[in-house]
Amino acid sequence: MHVLVVEDDRETAQFLQKALKESGHAADLAEDGETGQELAEQGVYDVLIVDRMLPRLDGLSMIRELRNRGVRTPVLILSALGEVDDRVKGLRAGGDDYLTKPYAYSELLARVEALARRAVPEEQETRYVVDGLVLDRLSHRVTRDGEAIQLQPREYRLLEYLMKHAGQVVTRTMLLEHVWDYHFDPQTNVIDVHVSRLRAKIDKNFDKPLLHTVRGAGYTIRDGSA
Amino acid sequence: MVLPERLVRAVSTTSFRVAAITVALYLAFAGLIVGVLLWQTNRVLTSQVLATLDGEAQQLKAEAQSGGAPALVRAVDTRSRSGGPGLYYLGEASGTKLAGNLSRLPPEIVGRPTGGVFRYAPDFGSSAREHLAVAIPVNVGPELQLIVGRDVNEQRRFASEMGTLYFLALGFLTIGGLVAGFAISRVALRRIESINVAARSIMDGNMSRRIAVTGSGDEYDALATNLNAMLERIDALMSGLREVSDNIAHDLKTPLTRLRNAAEAALRETGEEAYRDGLEHTIEKADELIKTFNSLLLVARLEAGALEGNAERFDVGRAVRDVAELYEPVAEERGMQLSVNVDAGPQLTGNRQLIVQAVVNLIENAIKYSVKSGAVDASSIAIDLQNRADGIAIVVADNGPGIAAEDRERVLKRFVRLEKSRTEPGTGLGLSLVQAVARLHGGTVRLEDNAPGLRVVLTLPKRGDDR
Repeated sequence: MHVLVVEDDRETAQFLQKALKESGHAADLAEDGETGQELAEQGVYDVLIVDRMLPRLDGLSMIRELRNRGVRTPVLILSALGEVDDRVKGLRAGGDDYLTKPYAYSELLARVEALARRAVPEEQETRYVVDGLVLDRLSHRVTRDGEAIQLQPREYRLLEYLMKHAGQVVTRTMLLEHVWDYHFDPQTNVIDVHVSRLRAKIDKNFDKPLLHTVRGAGYTIRDGSA
Repeated sequence: MVLPERLVRAVSTTSFRVAAITVALYLAFAGLIVGVLLWQTNRVLTSQVLATLDGEAQQLKAEAQSGGAPALVRAVDTRSRSGGPGLYYLGEASGTKLAGNLSRLPPEIVGRPTGGVFRYAPDFGSSAREHLAVAIPVNVGPELQLIVGRDVNEQRRFASEMGTLYFLALGFLTIGGLVAGFAISRVALRRIESINVAARSIMDGNMSRRIAVTGSGDEYDALATNLNAMLERIDALMSGLREVSDNIAHDLKTPLTRLRNAAEAALRETGEEAYRDGLEHTIEKADELIKTFNSLLLVARLEAGALEGNAERFDVGRAVRDVAELYEPVAEERGMQLSVNVDAGPQLTGNRQLIVQAVVNLIENAIKYSVKSGAVDASSIAIDLQNRADGIAIVVADNGPGIAAEDRERVLKRFVRLEKSRTEPGTGLGLSLVQAVARLHGGTVRLEDNAPGLRVVLTLPKRGDDR
């Protein structure tokens, strides 16, 4: 995956570049909005990571400009402003996801990978399959090894999101945002409880676990052991 | 002339100026009226005199026509000696006086058929002062000159004395008005000065000082009461701020110290496993700090009235049910029963994310503190929604340890955590946020006794946007 980081703080930018490289991705850096826009317009990137406060051209204006010029590359906005209205403004400007500073790198990585996956056209997919687990998006039926699994509506949406990002790490915050549409920090392990309920339904009576906990990051559904 | 400072100050007050202007206007009008009155009085009196003189002239004319010059001389002579107020002069055209009590022909009257005013020296008494008189010429033939007049000195003196009296009265009025204005302004000034003194004292740092209220219920009292209320509010805000900064110092320093300790401890260890543990511990502490910091910023922004623009109309019943559904398994896992008695339907205008977060805070509190009560097997949390006329009440009730009545106001404040919960994880901002969200929407938060346990009632007006 090829990522462009548009961030004026050199230390943060280099930290991201190094960390992304360690995660197996290539990252280029731009220190201001104008340079960022020029690089992004070449269209070689899978994801853009854009800070809101940038010299020369601020992040939101840069994104707006790119969208006007037809650049559809997914954008993750980084910002010190984290309130609901800031998030709305960011997404309205053409951003695809919004992350508040300071953030955990694992959170950023999970979101960047999810965005890159989204760039691949997958809206037509009607079935998600991971090993023997099948989720049919048309009939809303879930089976494992041909055996029907009964899920509550919310559990279904939780599984759907996890399977859409099969093989990738999905954080608790991402689940709270996309499955429940909530943007807050829970003080309790509310997501864990829901995931473990789901796990009990899809993994309990089978030899091979598919839903894995990734320590310090979140969850992932994949074929194969942790 | 150097005016005493106090006088200058009294004179430069608004109330004194108003008094002075009023007095000046009053004086101008009164002077005008008195002037017109005097002038009119004189005119009436003079025209009366002229009428009398006219009558007398007709009589003397008749005398002259019937008896000729000798009869006229006799008649004038008789009238001159009668001792009345009449003045007469009869002479030949050549200038020889024939009769009359005027020593000479008043030149002001000669040739003025309508008559006029002149001065003459009366021959009675020794007074050398000239008297004022009104006279008309009477046509009694070309070779005689006759003047008939009347002394109007008394009349004029009466008029001028009246005038003096009037102007004296006006003078007293002026002085009285100014003195009253001065006195009123002194009173006003004293009240204003007491406010100024209090204000200066407060500026000098004496924050508990208040402006005296006399109890008379006048405008100054209203002003003083309002200013005092304003000072009260400022004081409350300032002490709130002071409390918050103290608490920030404590609640941010404590995790910072722990973070530092964790890092130091990790440094002292050897071996990769120990380092990893130490670093993970450090990140955990940093996350705690970030959480507290974010909550603090959010509460501050809400209290400053930010985020107002994000109101939307939404089904609050549904929103509360969804949140309850999210937390139901959490409660169950901890051996609690979460019962939800909420129907979808009631609409509310407000910031959905914030209201949801407020409800989440209430539910999380209920779960967190009910567990600690020890009565785990009996723990239950009830979420209720009442659609009332005055708004929508979201009620979260638990049967945990509850909060003592005297602490209920206090726990809504930022960073206030009761002794027994100090050791619990948490920012101490949960209820502050609920309160801030309620205030932003024009609603209220009430903490009540659930006997046993705590019941929190979050009331939000249905049109949360007309703040």
